[in-house]
Amino acid sequence: MKRVFIVALLGLSAATFAEGGMLQGNCSTCHNIKGPAAQTLNAAFEKKGPDLFYAGNKYRQEWLVSWLQKPDRIRPAGMYYGGHIKVGAKGDEIDTSTLMNHIALSKADATSVAAELMKMKPHDDLIAKEKIEPGTISMQMGEMAFNKFLGCMACHLIEPEYGGLSGPELYTAAKRLQPQYMASFIRAPQVWEPKSMMPNKNLSDANIQKMVRYLESLSKEAANAN
Amino acid sequence: MPTKFFLLLLLAVSSVQAQAKETPADNYKAYCVQCHGSGGTGKGVNVRDMSVVPRDHTDAKSMSGRSDETLFKAIKEGGTSINKSILMPPWSATLSDEEINDLVQYLRMLCKCKFG
Repeated sequence: MKRVFIVALLGLSAATFAEGGMLQGNCSTCHNIKGPAAQTLNAAFEKKGPDLFYAGNKYRQEWLVSWLQKPDRIRPAGMYYGGHIKVGAKGDEIDTSTLMNHIALSKADATSVAAELMKMKPHDDLIAKEKIEPGTISMQMGEMAFNKFLGCMACHLIEPEYGGLSGPELYTAAKRLQPQYMASFIRAPQVWEPKSMMPNKNLSDANIQKMVRYLESLSKEAANAN
Repeated sequence: MPTKFFLLLLLAVSSVQAQAKETPADNYKAYCVQCHGSGGTGKGVNVRDMSVVPRDHTDAKSMSGRSDETLFKAIKEGGTSINKSILMPPWSATLSDEEINDLVQYLRMLCKCKFG
């Protein structure tokens, strides 16, 4: 039995290696591509980039292809803000000298890496639990929620120059992320990443729907402004 | 059957506790510093656009006005649970009760103060 398992494992890794050489090589230096997610804060502090082992459950393929060719910063203070701050005149500020830029890939590499990433879907079960109902939300209500009712702006930029800096920017979230992933992550961040800095705000189903819709509208608005 | 249900319930309740306990210094560094600042003075990297500035944890005067229970509640259930800002989120899914108690003691160390 044990032998069968080992043979199966070897077969699997050989197949992954042949197809995803770049993932195994370059990407895995900074990204967790095998799982599981960090189980301790010390491991979380060390992270240089987001986990990719569930990339296929998280990202939009077309965004991956374009971002990998022209990567720009999504988290203003890096993956873990604590490693990228210094004390300034008015308090803590980002120490940009410590931030690393993501390498840019050719179109061909970006396309093949994105295709490999999209196969990595260990959390299909979590995604299947989410259903995004079509609907609209007024931009004004969404903004009120982000600011006053939920306080998302404490840690996230909700416009290019407005909001907190420790979390990933939100005004491009829906361009990057699948709607069911956004819903699932808002519902229970710790199920995806036990040491996530994102708190579980105990949102109702209705509010999760509204937030995902607002994120979708926000990203469209940001795209139109570009 | 009831035993099984009880065990399931116990598992659900203790899911946060199942994680290894972190030190209060690490938890503070991970979750509090982003707003309350690396010096604990309320000047974190996130505060620029906030309508309410985060509490200065080194301010003995204001910190001694809050009981340990109030601090525990604010961390666990968020700012609104003690009629304070929504910008302070609830950390109940992130931290175990034990870790929150440790953090309350950590805050007492930062303010060098007690309640009252």
